[in-house]
Amino acid sequence: MLKIEDLHASIEDKEILKGINLEVKPGEVHAIMGPNGSGKSTLASVLAGREDYEVTKGKVTYKEQDLLDLAPEERAREGIFLAFQYPVEIPGVSTTNFLKTAINQIREHRGLEPFDAVSFLKEMKEKMKLVDIDQSLLSRALNEGFSGGEKKRNEVFQMAMLEPTLSILDETDSGLDIDALRIVADGVNKLKTKDNATIVVTHYQRLLEYIVPDYVHVLYNGRIVKSGTKELALELEEKGYDWIKEKTIA
Amino acid sequence: MSKDDQILEEFTSKEYEHGWNIDMEADQAPKGLSEDIVRFISAKKEEPEWLLDWRLKAYKKWTQMEEPDWANVKFPKINYQDIIYYSAPKQKVKPKSLDEVDPEMLETFKKLGISLEEQKRLTGVAVDAVFDSVSVATTFKDKLAELGIIFCSFSEAVQDHPELVKKYIGSVVPVNDNYFAALNSAVFSDGSFCYIPKGVRCPMELSTYFRINAANTGQFERTLIVAEEGSYVSYLEGCTAPQRDENQLHAAVVEIYAQADAEVKYSTVQNWYPGDENGKGGIYNFVTKRGICAGDRSKISWTQVETGSAVTWKYPSCILKGDHSQGEFYSVAVTNKMQQADTGTKMIHIGKNTKSRIVSKGVSAGKSQNSYRGQVKVMKRAENARNFSQCDSLLMGNLCGAHTFPYIDIENSSAQVEHEATTSKIGEDQIFYCTQRGIDEESAIALIVNGYCKEVLNQLPMEFAVEAQKLLALTLEGSVG
Repeated sequence: MLKIEDLHASIEDKEILKGINLEVKPGEVHAIMGPNGSGKSTLASVLAGREDYEVTKGKVTYKEQDLLDLAPEERAREGIFLAFQYPVEIPGVSTTNFLKTAINQIREHRGLEPFDAVSFLKEMKEKMKLVDIDQSLLSRALNEGFSGGEKKRNEVFQMAMLEPTLSILDETDSGLDIDALRIVADGVNKLKTKDNATIVVTHYQRLLEYIVPDYVHVLYNGRIVKSGTKELALELEEKGYDWIKEKTIA
Repeated sequence: MSKDDQILEEFTSKEYEHGWNIDMEADQAPKGLSEDIVRFISAKKEEPEWLLDWRLKAYKKWTQMEEPDWANVKFPKINYQDIIYYSAPKQKVKPKSLDEVDPEMLETFKKLGISLEEQKRLTGVAVDAVFDSVSVATTFKDKLAELGIIFCSFSEAVQDHPELVKKYIGSVVPVNDNYFAALNSAVFSDGSFCYIPKGVRCPMELSTYFRINAANTGQFERTLIVAEEGSYVSYLEGCTAPQRDENQLHAAVVEIYAQADAEVKYSTVQNWYPGDENGKGGIYNFVTKRGICAGDRSKISWTQVETGSAVTWKYPSCILKGDHSQGEFYSVAVTNKMQQADTGTKMIHIGKNTKSRIVSKGVSAGKSQNSYRGQVKVMKRAENARNFSQCDSLLMGNLCGAHTFPYIDIENSSAQVEHEATTSKIGEDQIFYCTQRGIDEESAIALIVNGYCKEVLNQLPMEFAVEAQKLLALTLEGSVG
């Protein structure tokens, strides 16, 4: 589904990603771990198409298309979803209104009729149950005055509504207490199918207790320096990132 | 012409004061403004003597006044002698069907979501018998008449209800109020008149069903709304559809008079032609709008969405004379390209326990300049006056400007006045958040701007609000990139 080959990316002439290689197949969950500043969030942003980053080298193929050729909205309509580390506030726009606009543009892209109010509400209700989110939150202005947990839960709700093929969770666990973490992870797990894939970007092993990955990759200094299965995450937790740092230097 | 000649001419024309030689049969007055032109207009409209005198008084005041230059707008000097001040309403050749209407216009209607029937009315297509807009309008007029509500053109009101017009005209905006109001008073062409009798609640949004009538503005329009004791009316003026006009200068006057316990809600959407990329050919919109809450517990609420015109100079105001009276001003002003807007309000607190609320949302894009100018004045005897003002500016790009000029003038120490102001830019991260969800950039901006203006748009009558939302998106089209 996704194939990243020798990906290099910079921001303001500073190279952050220095040759990433990664392949993700349908049904898989990949965890990308690494210390602060290793390039985890950059990778997530580049895949979603944030314009601040310049791809200087490499290739990303997604569903047999050159992903880097697509505008951010086209990537989204093709099924890429980024759960933001810091969800953005949009005053005066409710989550409901926001999602309705998004879904109908995605449906149009896929040659489907726009949702009418009734079927949209029905869809909302189902997904609200799935991620255990309250109606009152959805009629409030998007992310405005939301607590950290509410913001992340809202991201997962949006993910449920948009039904992406490839979800990228960027540090979704940051700022969450254990209960919120469980609810969020629970939502993500429920959305998993054999046809979609998830990339979980995280600093801590904690989230991976709830979202169990098939593969774990350690990102350090712009490169994937180690890949393994879920046991690698435990090893990392135990030995700390210094272990990786020492290993790469040596 | 030498100075001597000028004096001579002035002298001679004075001598012939009543012997003016303009062809009364002509469809339009010759260019320029003089006492004779004022007489010509008044005569053409078969006005009573008192109204002619009133116009002449305004004209005289106007000649003694200077065009104001304090607003934060720049435009070439207007030659007032190069304007035609009267031209008979022309019977335009009506298009037979929408196929004959400018396709660009139709495209805009479609984007605004205006219904086919409405489109026909707005473009003046002759409509078939079933949907005859004239008869629809007449039906509603009959219903209003039953309640004693008068809603007609200003000229009709002068003929049919001279006592009311005489009593209220100029009672809120005196002829010498300002340069443009004086000009309007001297030469106003037509406009609307609305009278709601005591205790009557007007059952419909006035002018929703008469939109085409109300949009028939002309260059110097005059509106007078009188709400008697305990009455209520929601009045709508203007149009979301783009309006082109060969007259560059527009100087309208709107007066609202609210007696005790009356409430008037006035909403308007202005979308005059803003000019091309360089600002050429756009309309100058210099409007004086003012309401007086004359009676106790009366309320006047202004809601405006300003998207058009090359230059806007407009300050809908409330004089809160009655005790416990309330004034509100909700405004969205969007400027793009080379547009300039200097708009805001005045809230004059005279009565005790008077309240006012100002919510102004400016959006500037392109190379436009957008200024909020507002005054809150609390007079000596206005015990316990309250005001809350909020002025927000949203900037798009680096070439536009947003300015805020609040004036606060308090003469009574019991007053409570709050002023909040914010300036923000549409963030790259807000746009990215939207595009990442599959929303294209133009729609993202429309969504963000509409969210930002929501508090004001919510004040508009439902169907108008929907159109206004789309209008904001249209106005900002192409402003990113």
